[in-house]
Amino acid sequence: MTTESAEAPDAPPAAIELAGVAKDYAGQRAVGPLSLSIPRGQFCALLGGSGSGKTTTLKLINALIAPDAGEVRIDGAPIGAEPAHLLRRRIGYVFQEVGLFPHMTVAQNIAVGPRLALWETPRIAARTAELLDLVALPASVATRLPAQLSGGQRQRVGVARALAAGPAIMLMDEPFGALDPVTRDSLGGDYRALHDQLGLTTVMVTHDVMEALLLADRIVVLDHGRILADGTPSALLADHPDPVVRALMETPRRQAERVGALARAPAHG
Amino acid sequence: MDERVAAAWALLPGYLSQHVLLSVCALGIGFAISLPLAVVASRSPAVRWPALLGASLIQTIPSLALLALFYPLLLALSALAVRWFGHGFQALGFAPSLMALTLYSMLPILRNGTAGILGVDPAAVEAARGMGMTDTQRLLRVELPLAAPFIMAGVRTAAVWTIGAATLSTPVGQTSLGNYIFAGLQTENWVYVLFGCAAAAILALSADQLLGLIESGLARRAPWRMWAGALGLIVGAAVALSPLVAAPGRETYVIGAKNFSEQYILAELMASRLEAAGARVGRKEDLGSATAYRALAAGEIDAYVDYSGTLWTNVLKRNDNPGRAAVLAQLTAELRRRDGVLVLGPLGFENAYALTMRPDRARALGIASIDDLARRAGALKLGADLEFLSRPEWAEIRDAYGLKFARLTSYQPTFMYRALEGGEADVISAFSSDGRIAADHLLVLADPRHAIPPYDAVILISPKRAHDRRLTAALSPLIGAIPVAAMRAANFSVDRDQAKQTPAAAARALAAKLRAPAH
Repeated sequence: MTTESAEAPDAPPAAIELAGVAKDYAGQRAVGPLSLSIPRGQFCALLGGSGSGKTTTLKLINALIAPDAGEVRIDGAPIGAEPAHLLRRRIGYVFQEVGLFPHMTVAQNIAVGPRLALWETPRIAARTAELLDLVALPASVATRLPAQLSGGQRQRVGVARALAAGPAIMLMDEPFGALDPVTRDSLGGDYRALHDQLGLTTVMVTHDVMEALLLADRIVVLDHGRILADGTPSALLADHPDPVVRALMETPRRQAERVGALARAPAHG
Repeated sequence: MDERVAAAWALLPGYLSQHVLLSVCALGIGFAISLPLAVVASRSPAVRWPALLGASLIQTIPSLALLALFYPLLLALSALAVRWFGHGFQALGFAPSLMALTLYSMLPILRNGTAGILGVDPAAVEAARGMGMTDTQRLLRVELPLAAPFIMAGVRTAAVWTIGAATLSTPVGQTSLGNYIFAGLQTENWVYVLFGCAAAAILALSADQLLGLIESGLARRAPWRMWAGALGLIVGAAVALSPLVAAPGRETYVIGAKNFSEQYILAELMASRLEAAGARVGRKEDLGSATAYRALAAGEIDAYVDYSGTLWTNVLKRNDNPGRAAVLAQLTAELRRRDGVLVLGPLGFENAYALTMRPDRARALGIASIDDLARRAGALKLGADLEFLSRPEWAEIRDAYGLKFARLTSYQPTFMYRALEGGEADVISAFSSDGRIAADHLLVLADPRHAIPPYDAVILISPKRAHDRRLTAALSPLIGAIPVAAMRAANFSVDRDQAKQTPAAAARALAAKLRAPAH
């Protein structure tokens, strides 16, 4: 499968570039060899079942996992060029289990990134307030501990914490996975709006086809660590030569058609 | 209030302050070593297993033995320090106690700390890494705060252990609440024993509750609990330690005593004479036999009473018996030549080992001498004090008479007499100056082969005090001044069950009965 961004020599480098990257676990190939180029401003979904290598791919991007082969480049520079912790401070990361620090208040959790970047205290305070507003949380939650929040609120704090130091790239690992459908939909929509508003480059890992279709500009389908399909939601939905991908798209399409039919039918049945 | 309770109360500030000082220092150092070790152990399995195994091994050593082991070790180190740096350090008392208790406090902190750090939610650890924290930042900002309640629980356990085990530092010369227990056990002063146990228990429980307050404050993120616990600990420690600050400097003289009534009484007698001469006097009591002589030779105590036969066999390693006067003369010359120790002179009585039986039992078996005993020993049980069976005197007596007992059992001296009375022992290694021999009408078996050396009680002066005129002047009047009957009466007044005296009171009574000096 090929990536769709055939770049001109003078074009800006891709925000994220994986070149022939591979990762083995205990002699077993988990990912790759995999090549993928994600241009700035794109919202890219990595879609796949468990064991497809999507979370490993995400962690390869911010050096939480080191590749056994190939190279990862951020804005054209190989990621080995600087210490891993400095790289990670420039990349927002929303974790699957949220991973809020239980001993810190909401405000302190959000301030972790800015404090690592050695911001002044007043600037951190202003930024915290701004972010709570951005992720649509009331200012009153700032002094609460994570254990005192609902699941949806915790996810919003997780997003705010990832955004706090102003990263250009956001990596999200099933960020809305554990939420009820309504919260999930509203949080997804809110995040997509933030992505556009802040001009972010986002890579989101998900196993939910519908979520990928509704939020992403581009869907990369992974299977056994290889790219099975790579295209826009509408292109993948329309048709694909691979039977696995077709089957994957079949369910949401059928559901959408039935919901559409229901919506057109007379209300009294 | 009972006189003994009042006496115990009066000793409390001194004992408690030393006990708290020792416990706090041991815990502090133990924490300072264990926590970094726990961090390293949580990071590296290669360190984890040896560290935890080592700490567990230390824990299996009986605490009294651990304390005792540090004394000879420090003595050797001190000797090296003298050779290399020109001056040594105290091998007795605080230093060995501190080291042993520090080691003892490490396991719970190390174990809980390691488990606490390893048990931090992996999601929080990954978030810390993913957000760009360095290893150190992750440790300080995430792992240690989250592991803090577990670490604190370990500190709590360590505190209770340390405070309890600190009572065992008394025999290596460190004053502690154990002084009540050891002295009480020797003199059958159960008020003292109970008082010491209760004081140590209350201290341990208080520390446990206050540390528990801090622990729950950390777990519930309730700062007021942490501050209340910390404040309680600081105020408590400050109150307990205040006698140390108020105490006027170091003692001028230190008088030593081994662990039985006669030694306590004689130490009090010597101390009171020095105090009467205007000197400040400290006491190091409950020393083991060998420990006492080495401490004197090293100058850690200035004077104590030992017995010629003990020094003859144990220090000079002699097994002949040239007679009472010759032993004393050779001893005086040899100890001065070898160690610089001054034998000031004999007090006037002997406290010899004496194989002793109940008269009815001896009559029934037809035993009057150790020779008679040897013929019957195969069916008899010997009760000895804790040292006797490992001392050369026993080997001498055993080999001289060919003694072979059915059973050998060691007791605290007090319980040894009880064993004889109750029939658990047929023969005991009594002491000839013990008041209980006369009081219980016991039979001392004759020693026709003179296998038991003479045991004149002598005052020994440390090398550095050998020319101290105030010391020799204060103690010289005791030479030749104590008849054995007076000593027996004094010992019995402390050992008996009814109307017990404290060693200090017995020393006052004894002082009134001193023989006029010979000159």
